[in-house]
Amino acid sequence: MTTTAVRTRTETPAGRLPGAWGLGLQRGALEIKQFFRQRDQVVFTFAFPVVFLFLFASIFSDDVKGAGITASQLYVPAMMAAGIMSTSFQSLGISIAIERDEKVLRRLRGTPMPAAAYFLGKIWLVLVTGLLETAILLLVGTTLYDVDLPSDASHWFDLAWIFVLGLTACALLGIAVSSVPKSGKSASSVVVLPFLVLQFISGVYIAIDTIPDWMLNIGALFPLKWMCQGLRGVFLPDSAQILEQTGSWELGKVALVLGAWCVGGLVLCLLTFRWKNRREG
Amino acid sequence: MTTHANELAVDVRGLRKQYGDVTAVDGIDLGIRRGEVFGLLGPNGAGKSTTVEILQGNRTRDGGEVSVLGSDPATGTRAWRSRVGIVWQDESAPAELTVRETVRHFARYYPRSRDPEEVIGLVGLEAKAGSRIKALSGGQRRRLDVALGVIGGPELLLLDEPTTGFDPAARRQFWDLIRLLADEGTTILLTTHYLEEAEALADRLAVVAKGQVVAEGEPAVLRERYGTEATVVWTEPDGVTRTERTATPTRTVAGLMHRFDGEIPGLKVTRPTLEDVYLRLTGQEDAR
Repeated sequence: MTTTAVRTRTETPAGRLPGAWGLGLQRGALEIKQFFRQRDQVVFTFAFPVVFLFLFASIFSDDVKGAGITASQLYVPAMMAAGIMSTSFQSLGISIAIERDEKVLRRLRGTPMPAAAYFLGKIWLVLVTGLLETAILLLVGTTLYDVDLPSDASHWFDLAWIFVLGLTACALLGIAVSSVPKSGKSASSVVVLPFLVLQFISGVYIAIDTIPDWMLNIGALFPLKWMCQGLRGVFLPDSAQILEQTGSWELGKVALVLGAWCVGGLVLCLLTFRWKNRREG
Repeated sequence: MTTHANELAVDVRGLRKQYGDVTAVDGIDLGIRRGEVFGLLGPNGAGKSTTVEILQGNRTRDGGEVSVLGSDPATGTRAWRSRVGIVWQDESAPAELTVRETVRHFARYYPRSRDPEEVIGLVGLEAKAGSRIKALSGGQRRRLDVALGVIGGPELLLLDEPTTGFDPAARRQFWDLIRLLADEGTTILLTTHYLEEAEALADRLAVVAKGQVVAEGEPAVLRERYGTEATVVWTEPDGVTRTERTATPTRTVAGLMHRFDGEIPGLKVTRPTLEDVYLRLTGQEDAR
């Protein structure tokens, strides 16, 4: 046997397989790099909720009777919740379906990369994009629509956990829903419709006291309604609690439902995630 | 690599795979020795890709025993996957990343990866190392596919029709790369429907048709074993061309000489090429 090339190898200690956490960080960095290199995707991802906030909050700006707030103020937390869901649920649901269709997932499956590293990478990506989206909406909300930044540490803390739990739950649901479309081409229609419906029945586009109770009850099965409600609790004065179904922000219940969706979403992902298209068996 | 020196790298017995009513793989047996370059040759739809996908652990099987590097691919662990390199047929590398970023990143998945720069050089992409993948030509992407297949320093490399769509020069370069990897001791299984490629690269071949192995052995042996029959062609007095396939062409010609009493019109005696053997084995003879 003749050796014609010098073999240089990079060995991990004792030739051990690299860990999922570290690889997840690596994948996260790579995902973020890829995301920001697609200019049009970046612009539209971030502009979408901002444009909607601008439209709704400018069209509906009257005082809300007896709540001590304007309709514009109501739209700021609503669009923030929708923004968190769009950067996590919608973008993951569509992008993973496309990656599956284009066999990116199958290629990864052929390497010793652990599945958890792939999911962690996606979570890092949505954490960064979700944080940026929320910051932009907060900036627009505070400068144009009379919304104040959280006044004290406890309100900042509420914002933080609602953001993290809401984002994680929606990201996991996005990963799960990516297995539904049969191809990458149909992914956006399959993912956008349920998201749009949820936005109508969770108090994003339509004020919560206008939506029929039975619709709101369906919305209450999913995370978005609770994210909206929790964020209203962070940004609106307590006088606005009168608009809520139960007359309260119910932050404890918000945490419970979002936490449950994180666990349920994870189980759903583990049960349904596919590396290949259905037709590829 | 030294511990299992006598064990087969790939050991397949009675492999079966069904897609609905269609039997894609119908009882294939394969034994690939360590360090060997093995060619799986056959027309499109013969079951080559399905077989390789099962060996990769990427497709379930309906029957048979499969052992790849001592493990069943259906239950392949991460450690097992780190020893098997796969070169995919499709362009699925991340378009927005550069060649270098991608190769470096994939290197991190493996416990004993090769040096990314060395691998980029090996596949001849040094000049494109800083280019985004979306800017590469088809041939350059295939080279990247090969780079990603070997970055983990695999003991076994599985290539499914690696040179489809290559121009002749790119194909030659690719062959050199395969020979280089083989010289380093990598066991290589490649599928192809190019006979020339199988003959140039493979130590041994299996010819597959309709889901079954119809012949197996070294290329030269195959030619000898299945290519002993010569073809004798001549023209009858009424102008009709006759063809006879025979293991004893001299006797046929002698008989014809006797009948024609001298020159035989349009006489032609040909020995089959490996291509003739292949086409006959795979039942594509009439396609010529």
